[in-house]
This record gives sequence, structure tokens and C-alpha cells, in this order.
Amino acid sequence: MTPRPSEWGPPFRFKPEDLESLFVVLHEQAYKIIGPTVNDDAIVLGELNSTADLPVGWTDEQSGGSYRLARHSRPEFFHFASGPHSLKQYLHPPSVCLWTASRNGHGFEIMEKVQEAGKLAFVGVRACDLHALAILDKVFKAGPLPDSSYALRRSQLLVIAVNCTSPGGTCFCESMKCGPQVDEGFDLVLTEIEDEGRHFFVGQAGSESGRTIAAKIPQEEASSTDLERVETMLNDARTRMGRRLDTSDLKKQLYRSYDHPRWEETAERCLNCGNCTMVCPTCFCNTMEDVTDLSGVRAERWRKWDSCFTTDFSYIHGGSIRSSAKSRYRQWLIHKLATWVDQFGTFGCVGCGRCITWCPVGIDLTEETAAILESNSTSTPGMK
Amino acid sequence: MPSTRRPKLAVWKFASCDGCQLSLLDCEDELLQVAEVIEIANFPEASRAVVRGPYDLSLVEGSITTPHDAERIHKVRRASKFLVTIGACATSGGIQALRNFADVNQYIPLVYASPETIQVLNKSTPIADHVFVDFQLRGCPINKRQLVEVLSAFLNGRKPNTPPHSVCIECKRQGTVCVMGNAGAHCLGPVTQAGCGALCPSYRRSCYGCFGPKETPNTHSLSQWWSSHGMMNADICRAYRGFNAYAEAFRRESEAREK
Repeated sequence: MTPRPSEWGPPFRFKPEDLESLFVVLHEQAYKIIGPTVNDDAIVLGELNSTADLPVGWTDEQSGGSYRLARHSRPEFFHFASGPHSLKQYLHPPSVCLWTASRNGHGFEIMEKVQEAGKLAFVGVRACDLHALAILDKVFKAGPLPDSSYALRRSQLLVIAVNCTSPGGTCFCESMKCGPQVDEGFDLVLTEIEDEGRHFFVGQAGSESGRTIAAKIPQEEASSTDLERVETMLNDARTRMGRRLDTSDLKKQLYRSYDHPRWEETAERCLNCGNCTMVCPTCFCNTMEDVTDLSGVRAERWRKWDSCFTTDFSYIHGGSIRSSAKSRYRQWLIHKLATWVDQFGTFGCVGCGRCITWCPVGIDLTEETAAILESNSTSTPGMK
Repeated sequence: MPSTRRPKLAVWKFASCDGCQLSLLDCEDELLQVAEVIEIANFPEASRAVVRGPYDLSLVEGSITTPHDAERIHKVRRASKFLVTIGACATSGGIQALRNFADVNQYIPLVYASPETIQVLNKSTPIADHVFVDFQLRGCPINKRQLVEVLSAFLNGRKPNTPPHSVCIECKRQGTVCVMGNAGAHCLGPVTQAGCGALCPSYRRSCYGCFGPKETPNTHSLSQWWSSHGMMNADICRAYRGFNAYAEAFRRESEAREK
């Protein structure tokens, strides 16, 4: 088990009905609660008014190109895997107006658009998505010029994480070392235990805000049996990942795969629709759109999610750099699993499996990578 | 404003239902502003008063289906500095291009009481097959926000923001749950150009491809996937035979599945 940093609070145990008291505390502290809820035949992220909005009795069945909501008769609140949404929606919104400009005599005046962000408490965040959050932090906040829009939204965030004991058919966080156990970046972590009719939570604070909130939940001390149970459930989850990926030597192997025939085969299947990048919790690329009004007096600059699967994405004067589907797919996968390491120090993939589930034709990043690694080990295609 | 003279706008109709040109009247909030910055010089759906050409901007709706129209479009082109086609009929031949897949002479006697009075071309074709087109605005019907954007871009001498990427990108930006992955729907979104605001998926319906093929459309792979999930070739063929049936990528795919 990951060593516990000193600021983590003592583990405690509480009854499922007392989860509501957590919601009450968050509302008292003026947080808007965002968490999993059933909508449009999926477990999506939405505003939660009470624990009644959580998807009790619902789970999901996921495979390449397929997500199905399913019923179950268990009492858990969090018995499902990652849904189509991630924290990215809230921290790096799909479309943001950055500034407006108005004509001013012969020139023009730029007015920065003041971003508004309230206090958000995310409930039920899995380890994969917390690692994705850490990656977004590096992309948007590290360095000399942090993104003010992201930084503002990020600064008012509270994270109630949940240890994942129900990985899905396309999950591979274990391979990416990004789960299923929550190990960083949370205010409070919960493990939901349902065991022969006994249903309870084990919680632990990971920050000062987490401690304050945890103190408001009616609780008792967690026993060593409870902690062993948490450990067993997480170990069990590790064996139930629907997918796996061999990450040893991954970067080096992918750098040697530039001319691999597999890219062409995948390109024949790839729709270039951009779904994988949209649902990915770490894909951060965006485009700028400048719009004017009809009179030409006022202009706006909008930032919108973009995808490296469009030809406009790599367009520079005279044409698109990545004009073939093969070059676009290769760029995306190698960025996620190799160049990202050089750029940001970690993989750009957390193993949540969303790109596999939501690819309309079920293209599987783990399968593609395995195919490349396998024949790389038998032959050595040259690297350009 | 860079210029004091208001540019002259003309709206032309060919074989179409009028829905796209009515989108201009549908711009209720922006209509007065449009009329302030553009002189609506020739728009029979809005006014009988016609100002003579030439015109700075022509919006052309409809496809070419008759010998008469095949000549008339050249006159329109000559009278227009900048010609923008609007809607699926004008950009791909429209729903009436379904007859391109059959023999029109077999239809005529079934439809018209006096077939000898009908003069019609063998195929319904997009405007760009006949004259040079400066810009094409897709959709069945076009999206009015995109229309205002095109007008605004024209007036301000900039490129319009009408991205050629998939409906999926627009759909995901809205946070809509994918109807294909999630409900197994036969959605054309991954091969269709954005612009509608992912309207159908936001109502849990699959995309009908109203905006025609997106850039780099991989219709073959999408059909293969449907086929491997039990969809019959006849149904796949029908999926592509909609408002943009004669657009190259959709036409090729439907013909491949027709055999």
C-alpha cells in the first residue's frame, strides 16, 4: 500500500445513511456538488442535490465501442466504472470566451472576459480521474504562464474521491499505475464496502479541508479488519481490469515504431471523428475562434476543445502537416504513451478506457499498442 | 465599418423547398441588423421590390434539375461578385438527387399527367458542378447561426467559422452522451460535418447526415462496423441515401452497399 503522507487523517468508518451528512456539510460550505448520476442512459457527471441523485442500483457494461447501463440489486452508491464525462468538462470547459474587443476610433480596445467559477465539490472521483487532474495541472498550471481560466476553476475545487472496486470492461488503470487505489490529490477518500449484508464506508481525509468535513460525519474508528477489507477489495479490483497494457520500455518501443505497418491498418478503421480525444480526461488541445458581429464593431475570441484528428489541427500556411489518417492516429497514440513522457514527465494516459468504450468502431489503444510491441520485439522496423 | 456603401444581397432559388432561404427570415433577432448592414436587393420570399444587379453577395439555394436552370445559374454567377450556396440541395443535389440512382424517365409518367410537358435533366446536381462557388454552407436546412456567421465573415473580410470536422466533436463539447456507443444507434455523426449543434443526438436520436460528409469521411469503416453488428446492406445503403445522397462519400458508400 502507498505510504500515507502525514497530513492524511486517521481512517474512520461510517454508515451509508450518513453519506447524506457529507452532502449537507458540503452544501453548508456553499459547494455545488458534482458527481455521478443517471441521465441519457449513462452514468454521467451532473449536479447532485442529495444522495438520492447518486446511481444506486445502476452499473455499466463496457467494451470496445459499447456502453450499456444496467440494473443491479446491490445497495452500493458507487458500483460502476468511468462514465462518458470527466472533470475536464468543468476545469477546462469545452468553450470559453477569453476576451472581447470593440472598435475605438481608428483602433480597438480589448476587454478581458472575467471568468466566473463557483466552489465545486466533486464526489465519487476515481483514481484514474485524479491522475488525469494531476496531468491537467501540469499542462495548465505549471510553468511561468499558468492558464488563468483553469487556475481559477481549479483553486475552488474540493475532491471527495472513491476507491474503485468495480473496474469496467475497458479499464486498465492498474497497468498505467493510476489506480484503482486513490493515492494523491484528494480531500477525502471513501471506500464503499458491501459484504454479506453489511454495507458501510471507510473514509480518510487527505487535506485540512478534508479533515474539517470528515469531522462532521457521524463515525467510529475503523478497525484493522475494515482496513484489511479495503485492501482485499482493491487487490481484487486489480485482477478485474478489462484491459491491460505493458508499459515497460513502452516509450522506447513506440519511438521505434514510426514505420510500423499497423498504423496503416488502424487508419483504415479510424473514423477521424475525434471522439477518443473528446472523452479523454487528459486531452487538452483547443483551438481559437475569432468572431465578429455583423456591424464589425465588436469581436470575441473563443477557446474551444479541438482534436488532433482534424486536418485543421495541424494546418499551417499552405496545408496540413498530418494529412493522412495514419499520421493522425500515430501522432495521438505516440503522444499519449511516449512523447507525453518527455513533455510532462508522465504518460498522457491514465487507463480509464474511455477512448476504447466511446470509439464508434471500438478501436482499442491497448490492442493497437500490444500489436506494435509484439512485432517490434520480433523485428526492428527502422525509425525515421 | 470599413465601407460606407451597403453591399447588395440577392437570394436565388433553384430546385428546393425554400427552407434554407427562409432561415434568413428566421434570423429574427439579427434580421434588423442584417438589413442595416446589407441591402436586401433581390429576395422574392421577403419583398417584391427588386433592385437590379450586379450583386455583391448571392445566396443560392437549390439544385440544378432542368435545362432552364442549368442556363439560369450562369446568369446568376455573372451577376454575383461572391456566390455562396446554401443547403443540401445546392451543395450536394438534395433529397431530389435520389432519382440519380434510377432512371428519371421511368418516374415522370408515374408522377405527371402530361409527361410530354416535363423537361428535366437526368440528374439533380449541386451548383458547384455548374459554376464556380466561393463558399458552401451545408445543412438541411442550414443553421441560422451559421448563416449569420457567414454573412458576418463576408462583411468583415474574414474566413467563416464553419469547421469541416465531425458532428461528434460538436456533440461531445455539449456533453451529450454518444447515442452510438451507448444505445447502439446507427448514427452518421462520425462521418457527418458539424454545424447543426448535434441536434438529433441531443434528443437521443442518431444523426441523419443532414450536413453531408465531413472532411476525411471514413464511411467504409463505419459501414463495416454496422455490418458486423447485424445491420443489413439494404439498411446501410438507405442510411446514406438521405438529403446528401449524392455527395461523393455518401454516394460511393451507398452504391457499394447496394450490390
